[in-house]
Amino acid sequence: MTDSDAPGPAPAPGDGIFRRGGRLVLRSFRAHPLPHLLGIAGANVFAVAVVGYTIVLGRVTDELILPGLDGGGVDRDTALAGAAAVVAVGVVRGVSMMVRRFFNFTAVARTQRTWRLAILDHYLDAPLSFHRSRPAGQLLAHADADVETAASMLMPLAYSMSVAALVVVSLVSLLVVHPLFALVALVLFPVLAVLNQRYTRSVEAPAARAQEAVGVVSGIAHESLDGVLVVKTLGREDDEVGRLAEASDVLRIERVEIGRLRAVYLPFIYALPNLGILVVLLLGSWLVDQGSASVGDVVRSMALFNLLAVPMEILGFLFQEMPRSVVSMDRLDGVFSTELEDRPTDPPPVPAAVEVAFEGVSFAFDDGPPVLDGLTALVGAGESVALVGATGSGKSTLFDLLSGLMPATGGRITLGGVDVAELGPDGIPAVVAPVFQETYLFADTVRRNLVLDREVTDDELARVLRLVAADGFVGALPAGLETVVGERGITLSGGQRQRLALARALLRRPRVLLLDDATSAVDPVVEAAILANLRAEGGHTLLVVAHRLATIRLADRVLFLEDGRIAAEGPHGELLAIPAYAALVRAYEGAVG
Amino acid sequence: MSTHIPGEDTGAAVEALEGADVVGPWGEHDAQSLAGIDGVGSLAVLRRGLAASPELRSGLLLTAAMALSVAAGKLLIPLTIQMVLDRGVFDGDIQMGVVVALTGVAAGLVAIGISLERITYLRLTRTAEDVLYGLRVRTFAHLHRLSLAEHTASRTGVLTARVTSDVEALNKFAQWGAVAWIISAVQIVAVLVIMLVFSWQLALVTLLVHVPLLPVLRSVQRGQLRAYDRLRTRVSETLARVSESVLGMDVIRAYGQREVNRGDLHEAVDQQYRQQMRAMRYFSLVLPLTDVVGMAAIATVIATGVWWGDAWGVSAGELVAFMFLANLFVAPITQLGEVLDQTQTALAGWWKILDVLDTEPDLVDPGQGLPLPEGSLGVRAEGLEFRYREGGLVLHGIDVEIPPGASVAVVGETGSGKTTFAKLVARLADPTAGRLLVGGVDLRQVKAADRRSAVRMVPQDGFLFDATVCENVRYGRPGATAVDAFAAFVSLGLDEWVASLPAGIDTPVGERGESLSVGERQLVALARAHLADPGLLILDEATSAVDPETEQALEQALARLSEGRTTISIAHRLSTAERADLVFVFDDGHVVERGRHDDLVAAGGVYSGLHESWLGSTRDR
Repeated sequence: MTDSDAPGPAPAPGDGIFRRGGRLVLRSFRAHPLPHLLGIAGANVFAVAVVGYTIVLGRVTDELILPGLDGGGVDRDTALAGAAAVVAVGVVRGVSMMVRRFFNFTAVARTQRTWRLAILDHYLDAPLSFHRSRPAGQLLAHADADVETAASMLMPLAYSMSVAALVVVSLVSLLVVHPLFALVALVLFPVLAVLNQRYTRSVEAPAARAQEAVGVVSGIAHESLDGVLVVKTLGREDDEVGRLAEASDVLRIERVEIGRLRAVYLPFIYALPNLGILVVLLLGSWLVDQGSASVGDVVRSMALFNLLAVPMEILGFLFQEMPRSVVSMDRLDGVFSTELEDRPTDPPPVPAAVEVAFEGVSFAFDDGPPVLDGLTALVGAGESVALVGATGSGKSTLFDLLSGLMPATGGRITLGGVDVAELGPDGIPAVVAPVFQETYLFADTVRRNLVLDREVTDDELARVLRLVAADGFVGALPAGLETVVGERGITLSGGQRQRLALARALLRRPRVLLLDDATSAVDPVVEAAILANLRAEGGHTLLVVAHRLATIRLADRVLFLEDGRIAAEGPHGELLAIPAYAALVRAYEGAVG
Repeated sequence: MSTHIPGEDTGAAVEALEGADVVGPWGEHDAQSLAGIDGVGSLAVLRRGLAASPELRSGLLLTAAMALSVAAGKLLIPLTIQMVLDRGVFDGDIQMGVVVALTGVAAGLVAIGISLERITYLRLTRTAEDVLYGLRVRTFAHLHRLSLAEHTASRTGVLTARVTSDVEALNKFAQWGAVAWIISAVQIVAVLVIMLVFSWQLALVTLLVHVPLLPVLRSVQRGQLRAYDRLRTRVSETLARVSESVLGMDVIRAYGQREVNRGDLHEAVDQQYRQQMRAMRYFSLVLPLTDVVGMAAIATVIATGVWWGDAWGVSAGELVAFMFLANLFVAPITQLGEVLDQTQTALAGWWKILDVLDTEPDLVDPGQGLPLPEGSLGVRAEGLEFRYREGGLVLHGIDVEIPPGASVAVVGETGSGKTTFAKLVARLADPTAGRLLVGGVDLRQVKAADRRSAVRMVPQDGFLFDATVCENVRYGRPGATAVDAFAAFVSLGLDEWVASLPAGIDTPVGERGESLSVGERQLVALARAHLADPGLLILDEATSAVDPETEQALEQALARLSEGRTTISIAHRLSTAERADLVFVFDDGHVVERGRHDDLVAAGGVYSGLHESWLGSTRDR
């Protein structure tokens, strides 16, 4: 389950659970009408077969059992015909059950697939601000548990859609036998329905609380064992056990409460049809005595009562699932309702050598203060420039805009004279390659992580790996370039990951290379060598965010950022005359020395 | 992800009603659990489980007896029908008196049955929840008693599963499966007995028709398990893909990989759907199949009963009752089929939990214990060796002497054994050979409570609990107040930093402390250590980049914290090593050099090489 406060459109007032549940069903139905219809058809045939079975039983009693055992006997053909009738009804029941289960499940699985694909497409097409404003866990839960739960009320749908038919056919069947039997059913089934509904409703709250308690217990267990080193160094073992015991006790109390409600309702719900059977038996004997019913009629009516409890439970289950499904659907709708990112097609061509111009660039998150505030600067083609500024001065945001991850809220950025807004998120990657401090490697081979969708020769790969001083450790990996890294592969050190990310960027021969503290975890000696190689390589405009003095000094020029603007620019030596710049650089120096 | 198929038809519907938190008969369980249990035997699990959960034994017999009578109660209706028909109706004249008496008694019995069932359910639930509560808490406590050697990073998830998903699997079983086993088994036997009493020939016929079902059910069951196992693999594959695409969204976009990624995601979702459909074939087949067989049994009973009934001495009422009994016979068989894999999962989980409980804690607290001296504590290691349960020696006969009040830097490459050495000094594990004296006392003879206040380690990863800054610091000393916590920050010169936080000292730090930067987490950890006022402080310095402002705060806080105590720092900064009274250089599990910084640099060994690379990076030459 996801956070209960996940965003979603607020349901209109007076918009009841049933109406929203109905809309959910309709959506699934519209998307996949055929399996739904076949499932419901199967369910209805099943309902008729159930009643048909009781009729066969009644006739078997009157025409086979009574004459066979209490009367003059029956001939073999009649006996075989009776047995064949039972088998025939059984086969119809079985086949219709298969049809119902198969097609209903198909409808559910297809609905899940449709919604899951829609959610994932939306993730890919939504602006990055959508991702930045939601924890990854929540996005995962939407695609997983929410889709599952939203579709869960469709499971009992086909069966439920046959309950009406079942009730009508049963009542008619009972009426045909004797109005009194129908009367028993008319008294019994509403009571059963109400009891079922009450039970499911009363269990809802403790079940939700128990579910929450399970989450709390897992959270504590996970945190505590994850941080076991700290727990041990602090000697907090007993406190941790106490914390878990407390949460487990809440869970126990809720579960016992669920058990208590179950003990209150279920035995009664199970016993009701049995009481009905006893009443029918009593009434039936009297009617047989009066000569207004046959023994077979009584048997068939009892069998009907015996079979009618299940559909009531299914209906209860549908109502029980409905609130959960509807809430999950609201969360999915919360995703669907976000606007998609603007993606211009046919990006204009960009020249081979690219100068980067920032013209009064501004950026702010929604209603937040400006992160970039009319920033203007020019980076010449082939130039290396270092961006220096305190935390929060807007360096990383500038890179996000330049990489096309987010659009500027004011001003414009041009690459070789072409506005990045025209290039769009699909055109920019052909020109710009950013390398972030937090490196993301996919759970795939080193090679696939490096080349992505490009065609790259082995020679080129080897050359670039040498350039970023990664040839050594990649060669030493168990399967070299084919070693699987990332989540389920081998773990690399931070520095190694950063070097692979750098290689990934260089392999794309970017015209603009952005390094956002991209070598922070690389050994300083190695870092210096890599940066020297990058300068020697040339062919790109280089923008670097750095915290190490050695890196800053490698740049042709420094842009000094303060409060989202360029406060000063020039060679490092000249900028040292500015007190704020000098103080910041001294802090860097002090930190590492 | 749950692959819940909320059911229909008797068994699954009842389960579905039993609360929203119950996962279906094909609920989640990890693939490995399916394999492990086969060689073990359910009885062995039960025996061990009974021994480990005393709660289970109390009142077990009474509950079981009550469950038996509940199951037997299900036969009441067919029996009544038979008696009414034979004694009241078929005897020519209908004796309404007999009918009224019989139905009256039956109604009374139904009422008694309701109360009995109610009490049984309550008892079963209470017992089960008590057992699970006890098991969970004991297992968790036991996990915390195990030394750090048992808790490696890769095992955290596995250990967490013991107290979460494994216990939950048991819970599902206790709520539904266990009851189904008791009641279904009794019901099958009881129905058989009644059938035998009515007519052994017809009972035999019923059995014979059902026999072919057993191997079919079993193979379907197996196929279904395999199919759902594959489905779970697919589901986790999809999840992994989604998680990758969510976490790597920046890279995917900046490198124009969106459409490639879309293709991968669609492929994963489609694969999952296809496997879902394959697994579903079993689900839509099993129940209808048993239903058809049940009907075939009834048809056979009718045909043979009508034909040979007189010869076998079967009455009409008995034959009618047989038709109702046949229903009662097949239902529990289906039910057992549905709970079989749930049972396997539960037993496998139980077995794994019991394995944890049977692992002997390797750190034994001395009963009486020797006291540690007050103030700064010296450290002396004699022939210290350590090896992890699996793997070679990490430390080879370390001999070091650290005088009280000294400030020591331990340096070396990753994997040189310097961190293991620090962990042994904090007694997070015991040496496999040699001994370690702190303040002249062997650490193994010091009570845990004394050791914790006197020896304090500040780990590198800066893990914080999901609470406020203040609460995290208060964890440093039992009984510490918010005022103490703030005082700790003040004396480390960190009050300004605290004031800069969004809600000051009451700022929540988030999961693992991730709302704070790595450096800031270390600041909190230092304040926490300060509260304990230890005589020996072990610091594992952070390697990752820390922003300049925090770095300065950290330097200052570290300097103040180490005043007046013995400090062992696992150094990643040149400045720490430079300032230390003594430097130990670890290499491949040995102390290869020791001495003052200047002397070691001059000696031109391993340390001077390290120093060279530090210099090259940090200072402008």
